[in-house]
Amino acid sequence: MRVIKIVGDWLDQRLQLARPIEDVMEHPVPRQTASWAYVFGSAALTVFILQLVTGILLALLYVPSAAEAWNSLQILNHDVSLGWFIRALHGWGSNFMLAIVFIHMAQVFLFGAYKFPRELTWIVGVVLLLMTLGMAFTGQVLRFDQDAYWGLGIGASIASRVPILGPSIVNLMLGGPIIAGATLSRFFALHVFVIPGSLLAFIGVHLLLVLKLGINEWPMPGRLVRRATYLKEYHELTHRDGIPFVPGAITRDLFFSAIILLSIVLCALHFGPFGPSGQPDPTIIQTAPRPDYFFLWLYAVLSLLPPSMETPALLIGPAIILAILFALPFFSGEGEKSWRRRPIAVLTILLVAVGLGTFTNLAGKAPWSPIMDAWSGEPIPPQFLKGRTALQRQGALVFQAKQCHNCHSLAGVGGQRGPDLDQVAVRLTEDQLIRQVIQGGGNMPAYGKNLSPAETTALVSFLKTLIPAGQAPARDASRP
Amino acid sequence: MNLSRRGLLFNLGILFNAAVAAILALPIVRYLLSPIIRERKPDQDSWLALGTLDQFPAGQTRLATYRNPIANPSDGETANIPCWVRSLDGKKFQVFAINCAHLGCPVRWFPQSGLFMCPCHGGVYYSDGSRASGPPERGLFEYSYKVEQGKLLVKAGALPTPGSPSLTNISIRKSPCA
Repeated sequence: MRVIKIVGDWLDQRLQLARPIEDVMEHPVPRQTASWAYVFGSAALTVFILQLVTGILLALLYVPSAAEAWNSLQILNHDVSLGWFIRALHGWGSNFMLAIVFIHMAQVFLFGAYKFPRELTWIVGVVLLLMTLGMAFTGQVLRFDQDAYWGLGIGASIASRVPILGPSIVNLMLGGPIIAGATLSRFFALHVFVIPGSLLAFIGVHLLLVLKLGINEWPMPGRLVRRATYLKEYHELTHRDGIPFVPGAITRDLFFSAIILLSIVLCALHFGPFGPSGQPDPTIIQTAPRPDYFFLWLYAVLSLLPPSMETPALLIGPAIILAILFALPFFSGEGEKSWRRRPIAVLTILLVAVGLGTFTNLAGKAPWSPIMDAWSGEPIPPQFLKGRTALQRQGALVFQAKQCHNCHSLAGVGGQRGPDLDQVAVRLTEDQLIRQVIQGGGNMPAYGKNLSPAETTALVSFLKTLIPAGQAPARDASRP
Repeated sequence: MNLSRRGLLFNLGILFNAAVAAILALPIVRYLLSPIIRERKPDQDSWLALGTLDQFPAGQTRLATYRNPIANPSDGETANIPCWVRSLDGKKFQVFAINCAHLGCPVRWFPQSGLFMCPCHGGVYYSDGSRASGPPERGLFEYSYKVEQGKLLVKAGALPTPGSPSLTNISIRKSPCA
């Protein structure tokens, strides 16, 4: 023990850091901030450190070359002892990171922490959120598999829609005219150098601001923020009724961070690493690319927007969202902090949460995507074939052979792009069925050129049997 | 203006550094912009052989691949680009990009129903590449082609995207029943 003290004293005589560190540790914070609501910022920092460490460990073996990256991930997964575990930690760490950052943001928003004098803390926080999303997207690219390859194609297609500059932005993003080696190299540089370096700097500023301005006090309904008096009130709150940050307030942070780390470890152990999926060979087209979990909502939005709305929404939507986030502390810098008296703030959070949740949930099912192999892989359920005539069964065959099943489900089996056909004969008469099949419309392709008259007759006679027992078929009201 | 000798030297020092920074910045910016600098543009699109004509029988649509004209060893398989070749009568062709005109996912050809379907957001195209249904705003991207010495050649070299300049001339076909 004495040796440690001698070495410590020797170091501190030169570094002179002991005193400032003590001041930081013991700075007074409002008593009520020792709460489970205040643990998310420190947890995000903890996960960030985990990501730094596991990222460096992965970089020891990862090869950032389009020809080799996928193989190096296979080696990490299968040939290096516990390589799979480090990959799993990094992947699950990223998911937890995004979740915690979003919860942290919702919490400081609901607690009015962005109000005077902490406007800059909020703005830096928004920049940190963007960088975290940037890390998630670039990280998904580094897992250079089929999803990453086609995900880049989607990113390029979105970027290309920028007026005039679009094609140049695509070439800059891809590092050339196609998705290839240069693309991976520049996403590697972004993921490993540019964004983490900036993240470190901005996290530093974020923490410095928290220290300089003090942690946001627990909001009391009716205690309004006024620029003229707030600093004095906060000073009184911390110095009259405050507790030292260490050990007074940090205990819950310590426990929560440990719980989060442990959860990441358990997820990594139980679920293992993410992919890689198929190799990034564009000539293998038997693939249905899906984004990572945190971009699923975007996948749903892109599928559900009407075509004419898509480009404006993609290009202007993010700018509006960012403008609102950056401007928030300026048009709402004073006044009520408590969520109990800010119903619009609460509703906003609920709306965003429900919206993101709904879109994510929808994207998990992706009802807008045809099921590409339903026509060959999903047989027609037997109840639709039992007791049918030869012509009707021939129609069922046409239904399978012409890929109708890819978009239309029967008894819940098959695609959901179009309406399910379990009861189609209740809705459409024979004539309407024929017209719909031949001409298409309502988001269905026209099959006129690809069905012979005999095939159409068979198909429609099959479709006419799709009617639940006891219900009357659709009737043309103009005929007796 | 009252400027001391020390102040003048300080300002000159700042100015000198700014000048050197500008000299350094020029090559750095040029390096960063190299993917869009014009001299490299002409070789992006080249005539590339997809195979001999007998590989594309009349009335069929088949997958073909080419090696991108600009490729490095580190590109690996990513420089092998697929496309769909539709042979109308063995002499006339349509060559479609693999990329959906919506957001670039790989479309698949179903000869039985005569449709291209996209697995991502459900874009569907007819056999002639025109839009049938779903989110795409236009038909499939089409490459220019020519036949030379019994081989089918396409002009390609860049990822086709909705904003590609080389693709804007292609007529946008609407579905007959849209």
